[in-house]
Amino acid sequence: MSTLPGPGPAPQAPGRGPARSGPPDTSRTARHHAPITATGLAVKVVLLGLVAGIAIWAAFPLVAARLWGGLAVLAATTVGLCYLYLTRRHIPAKYLVPGTIFLIAFQVFPVLYTASTAFTNFGDGHRGSKDDAVVAIETSSVKQVPGSAEYALAIATTGDPATGPLVFLVTDPATGRVSAGDAAGLRPLDAADVTVAGSGRVTAAKGYTVLNVGQASVRSEEITALVVPTSGGAVRSNGLSRAYEGRAVRAYDRGCDCVTDGETGKTWTADPDAGAFVAADGERLAQGWQVGVGFKNFARVLTDPNISGPFFGTLLWNFAFAIGSTGFTFALGMAVALALHSPRMRGTNLYRVFLILPYAMPSFAMLLVWRDMFNTDFGLVNNLFGLGVDWFGEAWSARLAVLLVQLWLGYPYMFLVTTGALQAIPKELTEATSVDGASPWQSFRAVTLPLLLVALSPLLIASFAYNFNNINAIWLTTEGGPFAPDNPTNGATDLLITYTYRLAFGAQGAEFGLAAAVSIFIFAIVATVSAVSFRRTRQQEEVYS
Amino acid sequence: MRIRTAGVVTVLGLALAASGCGGDNSKDEPAAKATSPAASGKLVIWADDKRTAALKPFAEKFGQENGVTVEVQAVSKDLQTNFVTASQQGSGPDVVVGAHDWIGNLVQNGAIDPVQLAAEQKSGFNETAIKAVTFNGQLYGVPYATENVALIRNTALAPEAPKTIEELVATGKKLKAEKKASEILCLQSGQNGDAYHIYPLYTSAGGYLFGTAANGDYDPKDLGVGKPESIEAFTKIGKLGEKGDGALKRSITGENSIATFTGKKCAFLVSGPWAIADAKKAGISYDISPVPGFAGGKAAQPFVGVQAFYVAAKGKNKALAQEFVTNYVTTPELAVALYQAEPRPPALTAAFDQVKGTDPDLAKFSEAGKDGQVLPAIPAMAAIWDPFGKAEAAVIGGADPAKTVTAAGKTISGQIK
Repeated sequence: MSTLPGPGPAPQAPGRGPARSGPPDTSRTARHHAPITATGLAVKVVLLGLVAGIAIWAAFPLVAARLWGGLAVLAATTVGLCYLYLTRRHIPAKYLVPGTIFLIAFQVFPVLYTASTAFTNFGDGHRGSKDDAVVAIETSSVKQVPGSAEYALAIATTGDPATGPLVFLVTDPATGRVSAGDAAGLRPLDAADVTVAGSGRVTAAKGYTVLNVGQASVRSEEITALVVPTSGGAVRSNGLSRAYEGRAVRAYDRGCDCVTDGETGKTWTADPDAGAFVAADGERLAQGWQVGVGFKNFARVLTDPNISGPFFGTLLWNFAFAIGSTGFTFALGMAVALALHSPRMRGTNLYRVFLILPYAMPSFAMLLVWRDMFNTDFGLVNNLFGLGVDWFGEAWSARLAVLLVQLWLGYPYMFLVTTGALQAIPKELTEATSVDGASPWQSFRAVTLPLLLVALSPLLIASFAYNFNNINAIWLTTEGGPFAPDNPTNGATDLLITYTYRLAFGAQGAEFGLAAAVSIFIFAIVATVSAVSFRRTRQQEEVYS
Repeated sequence: MRIRTAGVVTVLGLALAASGCGGDNSKDEPAAKATSPAASGKLVIWADDKRTAALKPFAEKFGQENGVTVEVQAVSKDLQTNFVTASQQGSGPDVVVGAHDWIGNLVQNGAIDPVQLAAEQKSGFNETAIKAVTFNGQLYGVPYATENVALIRNTALAPEAPKTIEELVATGKKLKAEKKASEILCLQSGQNGDAYHIYPLYTSAGGYLFGTAANGDYDPKDLGVGKPESIEAFTKIGKLGEKGDGALKRSITGENSIATFTGKKCAFLVSGPWAIADAKKAGISYDISPVPGFAGGKAAQPFVGVQAFYVAAKGKNKALAQEFVTNYVTTPELAVALYQAEPRPPALTAAFDQVKGTDPDLAKFSEAGKDGQVLPAIPAMAAIWDPFGKAEAAVIGGADPAKTVTAAGKTISGQIK
């Protein structure tokens, strides 16, 4: 961070003690005399101002939503940050805190959020709270009372247009009678006191100020909330120029914790485990709410035959895909890099430019182009070679095809990093092997490759982890297919991630809870593989360095 | 010490300045309420890119006429999902424009409210369109356009409209033998099938998706996929497939079917109004007729989809949104303008009659959709698409229909809650 006070010899941890002679507090004294530059101060002020600004900006919604806990965290963080950078102490924290905050915000929090989602039924139909569901059920059951009138509506007030109490002035189209309605009910107005336009809407009324659309639209929420009770139901606004007499057919009763349909008499009782209102015959109301379901999502992954059945086959291919994608691209990229590294090669720069091209093109578009090139009848691959292969129609040809696409997309990266690593290997080593009489292959096996692997292993592991979850490579080409005729849920090229995606989002709406549970399983697999690989890499490094 | 105090003061000043940018809206509103006579509400509409462009001038006009601010925002990707998520967080729009088969999902997420149309307003609409936006006995949106697939044929290659699919295959085969075309029929399938485009053939062969409940809605408990009728239908479709007539092919995909037709490689294309622009651009002489059914079979019923305006349940300005949707969208002028932005038949009868004269294709598409079935809006429909399409692709590729369709039916019923 550039907000640190002045340049100077500052970054020396207090407490660890200076290496120089003298009492421990000399370094602190020295820092006190470190010059405060104008640039340093300006940068510090601007950045801290931004921090405080963002905090105030974020505080408004938190206050509005009454999230006092969140507000406390926000205030504490902001005060902490200001203190940290306004004081001259805590030098190491000055370096560590920004990174830590970003780590918490963008890594730790999402992971925790995913993990907590896995224990809920969050998904389509179960997104909000129970109150939201009740409101949705009641409003969506409001029906026009059969045979009731459609009123022309004018919105008026007895006071100031912006703040006065609202009144509905409704005109019955059949009789032309005007009534004023508020929460107390409808009362007829004297025809002499009102002016009615051709459309039937009241334009002026004695004792009332009629609001225009602009004025009324500002008070939209109050207008929607205003319900004028009548004998058959209630007059409600429908927009700003019409009103109707409607009745909520379904109503929630807190006593029995159930929803009753006024027309059929059917009741749906709240089921707190499922987050839905369920009738005696098992019928569920569509609008549910979010509840915790414990380990149900995890249990479903392990026990549902639709999910666990093809799991191991998919896992096996997933490994094959990730290893194949990484291995083949590395092999080809390294071969090309070695060829271009040879001192006898001419025009290497030109070759390099051409080799980098696939890497420079957006893989998103390239995947779609490759998908079309593998088309049986119209694809370039079959037309060019005069083949009739149904590439994406057969399991093994589809697997080969996606690996070929991956190879094309991925080798330039491997070529780039290998070229870099090769230049870091001292020439003396290979020269020494040739003096000792080793063949080029022997020298490659014994010297170049091991040294390359020391440098590149972390990148290979990262590439493996990336390809293990490479949803684009599959989703944009085969979409997981081909599918066996008797199983449309799991295809031959499905990775765990595409399989999960189809399970969680493909069927009846999104099921975020289930998706989160599966992603925790995938995370566990990738984390284990990566941990084991890194441990082996470290051992290798100890051998060769 | 002095310089540090100055720093603190500056920090505070900057903080206030920075927060001022964010605080603007919330501060403005009460101020405007209290004083200004030009006080006005704001209406936010979400639509996809194409419709946003068509809506903008009309939304602005509505705003000027009524002294309100109208903002039309384009959401180019995943409009439905984004709308549901944003509504939940309270940052959604007041009005959203989308296909009618979203209704089931939007309702179960409490994202839209029913709309109340007067009887005379309702009667101004195409009956199918009103039926499409009715869900659980409630009207949930105001329709503005309908769409369905039809058979588009290259009249230079096939002057006569085929009456049956057998006739079509015979003509196609002849053209192929004469090397005038390389494909019999351009009906998109792809490796994973396309339930929407194959549906006319499926219904003609006797298949159905959902039975009808007493109130006229689709009944998710009566699933037609996996029933003997559907197996029979898929057997007939299989006979048109790669191991049979070769009229249906998995190599014909959504990306290449229109292009193959405009490239004069096939004489027949099953597609919707959106294909017409390409055909015109390619200078093809074409005609439009209903998708033919199997000889002696039932009517070939395409899906009828409807585009509609919805009032968001968690919008900030619901009254204004209702006003816009029920009283402004129902005017023919807007429907005509939306038609001009993208030629789909308007759902308002008055608007349809107005544009019918200048565009003969419109009446033909509408004729092709006359027997059509409203695309089911129940949430269970979401479970159909994927397994049904894959079963179609497998059968076209030569798989055993009975085994395939039974598995698809099992998968679908397993996903319907």
